[in-house]
Amino acid sequence: MEFKDYYATLAVKKTATADEIKRSYRKLARKYHPDVSKEADAESRFKDLAEAYEVLGDAEKRAAYDDVGNRAQSGQEFRPSPGWDSGYEFGGRGAGEFSGGFAGGYGQADHSDFFDALFGRAARGQREQEPARSGDHHAKIRIDLMDAYRGGHRSISLRVPQIDADGRVKLHERTLDVNIPKGIRAGQHLRLAGQGSPAAAGAPAGDLYLEIEFAEHPHFRLEGRDVYVDVPVAPWEAALGASIAVTTPDGSVQMKLPSGSTAGRKLRLKGKGLPGTPAGDLYAVLSIALPPADTVPAQEAYSALAKAFTDFRPRQPPESSP
Amino acid sequence: MSNSNLSTMRVVLVEEELQFTLIELGHACHAETQRLVELVEEGVLTPSGEGLADWRFAGVSLRRARTALRLMHELELTAPAVALVLDLLDRIDGLRSRLRQAGLS
Repeated sequence: MEFKDYYATLAVKKTATADEIKRSYRKLARKYHPDVSKEADAESRFKDLAEAYEVLGDAEKRAAYDDVGNRAQSGQEFRPSPGWDSGYEFGGRGAGEFSGGFAGGYGQADHSDFFDALFGRAARGQREQEPARSGDHHAKIRIDLMDAYRGGHRSISLRVPQIDADGRVKLHERTLDVNIPKGIRAGQHLRLAGQGSPAAAGAPAGDLYLEIEFAEHPHFRLEGRDVYVDVPVAPWEAALGASIAVTTPDGSVQMKLPSGSTAGRKLRLKGKGLPGTPAGDLYAVLSIALPPADTVPAQEAYSALAKAFTDFRPRQPPESSP
Repeated sequence: MSNSNLSTMRVVLVEEELQFTLIELGHACHAETQRLVELVEEGVLTPSGEGLADWRFAGVSLRRARTALRLMHELELTAPAVALVLDLLDRIDGLRSRLRQAGLS
């Protein structure tokens, strides 16, 4: 197991005061909170920050961590001796209070193995302010655009934290066969009644909420129910108009390209977006593709174009501009 | 772990088919109802109905409430601050969406 340098994570010195640690944590937390940040690794960065602050922001835990840290270096193999922490007493909530790690915020699930080895399960979830007991669970699932176009069954694997007989939290794989409704959009939720866990012994099981995410598609961009696709056209097609084939998630369709079309123009195919009431639209976003002038006939064609457009001034500023 | 059988599982699209009472939304968000009442008072959540017992939250409230509660807890924000943050995030989303439509992101 690798020793984790929580001071480096929070960008503070080992001698930092509690206030300095708090300030640095807050600043970094605002930067990397997954609800605010668009950094690609925001979620994992924030988890690291939360874990580091959970330790360094707590005087007892910080002292215990420093004690271990004096005997280990970051990046080196770290192996806590059995029972090393028996001398520490943490003021956290006792066993049996674990409320399902994936249910709440970004910071409280999935402590690193390093954290678990140091502080064990008793320290989990301490920072959480009186979570209401509930058996409702949350998870995110990632589906393809085509799943939303067609709907249908998808087999979904979830990792569920469970407490085993020894009181350790283990992740169990759980497979669900879920019916994806046609036309579902990113950010929407499916509720699977009774697929959570009981809030208390003997209580009925809570519900499982699945938040929908879409895997990025190489060609299509989703905007609510509308689908956007880039369509390159030849200069003469844009200038003179043409009938062009446009690929949609539902297959290819013929589309009329009006004469005088310009790059960036959006052509709408009504009802060809995500299905629903109303169905979304598909927008073809035009770009002009220039053929290469790498043969003599091609160069002659461009020269002829230049001769035909002697008055064309592509860089002339519009008259109304300052 | 059990493999659950779909024939016994009722799947509901929350945003289109579901309304929450205050208690139900509290369960779904793992939050004290008092927290949600604060968010209603700040206009972050807008239930229909008069009085707490009759409040009904539209399905879309689930996402908004969870985001608000996460921000309050993890960034230690007050309810008025989170109301401002959510409004600004909505505006950023709107601007981002216009960039994406234009193929600029």
